[in-house]
Amino acid sequence: MKIRSVNELSEYRERIVKSHNPKKTTISICNGAGCLALGAKTLSELFENDVKKRNLDIEILKTGCPGFCEKGPLVTIFPQGIFYSKVTSDDVSLIIDETIIKGKIIDRLLYEDPNTKEKIKKVSDVPFYKKQTRRLLSLNDKIDPTNISHYIQYNGYSALSLALFIPQDEIIKEVKKSGLRGRGGGGFPTGMKWEFLKKENASVKYIICNADEGDPGAFMDRALMEGNPHLILEGMIIGGYATGSTEGFVYVRTEYPLALKHITIAIQDAEKLGFLGENILGSGFSFKIKVREGAGAFVCGEETALIASIEGKRGMPRPRPPYPIKSGLFGKPTLINNVETFVNIPYIIQNGGDDYAKIGTKTSKGTKIFALAGKVKNTGLVEVAMGTTLKEIIFEIGGGILGEREFKAVQLGGPSGGCLSSKDLDIGVDYESLILKGAMMGSGGMIVMDETNCMVELARFFMEFVQNESCGKCVPCRIGTRKMLDILTRLTKGKGKQEDILELKRLAKLIKESSLCGLGQTAPNPVLSTINNFPEDYRVHIEEKFCPLCKSKGVFPVRHFKPEEPKKE
Amino acid sequence: MEDKDRTRLIEIIEKFKEDGLISVLQKIQDVFNYLSPETIVMVSKYMKMPLSKIYGVITFYHHFSLKPRGKYTIRVCKGTACHVKGGEENLTRIKRLLSIKEEEVSEDFVWGLETVACVGACALAPVVMINDEYYGKMSLHKTELIIDHYKAIEKTGEYVKYEDKVS
Repeated sequence: MKIRSVNELSEYRERIVKSHNPKKTTISICNGAGCLALGAKTLSELFENDVKKRNLDIEILKTGCPGFCEKGPLVTIFPQGIFYSKVTSDDVSLIIDETIIKGKIIDRLLYEDPNTKEKIKKVSDVPFYKKQTRRLLSLNDKIDPTNISHYIQYNGYSALSLALFIPQDEIIKEVKKSGLRGRGGGGFPTGMKWEFLKKENASVKYIICNADEGDPGAFMDRALMEGNPHLILEGMIIGGYATGSTEGFVYVRTEYPLALKHITIAIQDAEKLGFLGENILGSGFSFKIKVREGAGAFVCGEETALIASIEGKRGMPRPRPPYPIKSGLFGKPTLINNVETFVNIPYIIQNGGDDYAKIGTKTSKGTKIFALAGKVKNTGLVEVAMGTTLKEIIFEIGGGILGEREFKAVQLGGPSGGCLSSKDLDIGVDYESLILKGAMMGSGGMIVMDETNCMVELARFFMEFVQNESCGKCVPCRIGTRKMLDILTRLTKGKGKQEDILELKRLAKLIKESSLCGLGQTAPNPVLSTINNFPEDYRVHIEEKFCPLCKSKGVFPVRHFKPEEPKKE
Repeated sequence: MEDKDRTRLIEIIEKFKEDGLISVLQKIQDVFNYLSPETIVMVSKYMKMPLSKIYGVITFYHHFSLKPRGKYTIRVCKGTACHVKGGEENLTRIKRLLSIKEEEVSEDFVWGLETVACVGACALAPVVMINDEYYGKMSLHKTELIIDHYKAIEKTGEYVKYEDKVS
């Protein structure tokens, strides 16, 4: 059945809400890639079988990732909101016996605040969640991502039903007012980008959702695609309408099989109900979305390379201008926004740009999701208002450093970002303040390191990554990163010279100024920021020719020989 | 190549031609395990594309393989979080346990070892994927347990899901 008007959508939603009993006991189990890695799949099956066996009237909800991966597998029991973490298969029948049937709480499975040692019963009271501003991730633990009616129940597609019946310019005006900027890391004002595309006069225009989250250390796009794919589609369809586009593409990296599956299901369901296709909700606007799978190339996150990849070519960036807005996919005007940019749109349409802009800093509005990983106690996805300080994110939400060690560095923005030291912890995260410190918002990866991590080795790691991923089209990036990597490798092996630092700086400047695309232009950032913020690490490598941290990490290669057969003379 | 495989191959090419070369190659690799010279020639013929162009695309992307892949492909994540939490040591251990190198396949085609830039489960670093299963918080001990588990599967021929009792 297709929903053909706004009224039909409201009726459809009412029917779902009516049939849903909010008091019904629901066991919500995280089935995001993180919890799956810890055995959530088996756990869900056991719960399902157990409930079936006992003939209980209980709903088992397999949700996407709510973000607290560190303590997975996560199980939340609604309506009470009892939050169990690190649940194993042995606990299944116990949970059903004690909590579901007798209403008792199992203390052992509750989350314990590592600092106060207090057992926390409710999901809303867990410090990790309490200090966040969850706008974009709010539905991730409440809905089954493969079930469109769950999304509609929580007001899904109502922003679309509003947007389709107001003039395009109004929508663009709201997006501009909201101050939303590109969440892929570039930070270009989204409203302006949309306006450029709308002004293009062409019979075919494309919208692309960049879901090629290649930055190692970032996984918020994955969680959004796995946990709430319809939110992305809704943002895209609104974008399509506002800019007068005809077709959309979601470019997902192949390393995210589950995200691919969920976004594909979401598109099929949205087509079935008529949110995609001809004459959406009777507004006269038609739009379709296709999924394209990447094939494992970091550079395809760069917009021109991404376009080449969708066209079926090698993912090589090309010089700009012409910008994709003028001539993009198949030579047609094309708009490219990141996943996290699109998911902000429904909120802006429903609540207005001014409301959206209430939180954030002067230049950066709204919330940003960070992927907190590395040596912190609570790893996972953290959604905070722009301007929240690094200290709050790492020490309050993240719970501080693992194993009572000392904080050493935080790496922001992946291979294009930089490392900040403890003296920078008081800065609030927004686009400008991070660039000022030599780091970058990037896509939102935030990796914390303690005293046992060597910064020279980390710089080498990033350089090796960029070197591997360089597409080889332009000389500065292809050869420059190779040269820098050689020097850094020499340094980590204790064979560095004093001149190496100057040489690294010289090469960095050259690569930054003369590379063709963002990959090369930002490749030296991790190296420069470690040279500036951690000179001591470099000094030890050069002057003492030995680094205790590298030694313990086994960077000095240990070879294991397989005995060879004796050569026949 | 047998006739039925050839028919299957042509079917795939015709079905996904519209979506571009990369989609076609992905589907072929999903079905046939890797991209053999024979299949590439067929793609060239049916998509009316020079071989050089197809080969160029295949060699550009990490995901495509010109060699047969192992029955169990182990993907070790080399993302930043895994790196700072000791993913490198894990990789060394796996190499030693299976005596294969990175991006190689064991002689009996049972094991394949690849490294991935980031599988997006950074909160559980270090992460290893075996075929489509994720394994997180891989201590060296857990790595050995899981490899043993898969060796047992290979011996008995019965797939049993690994039960995590360590992390």
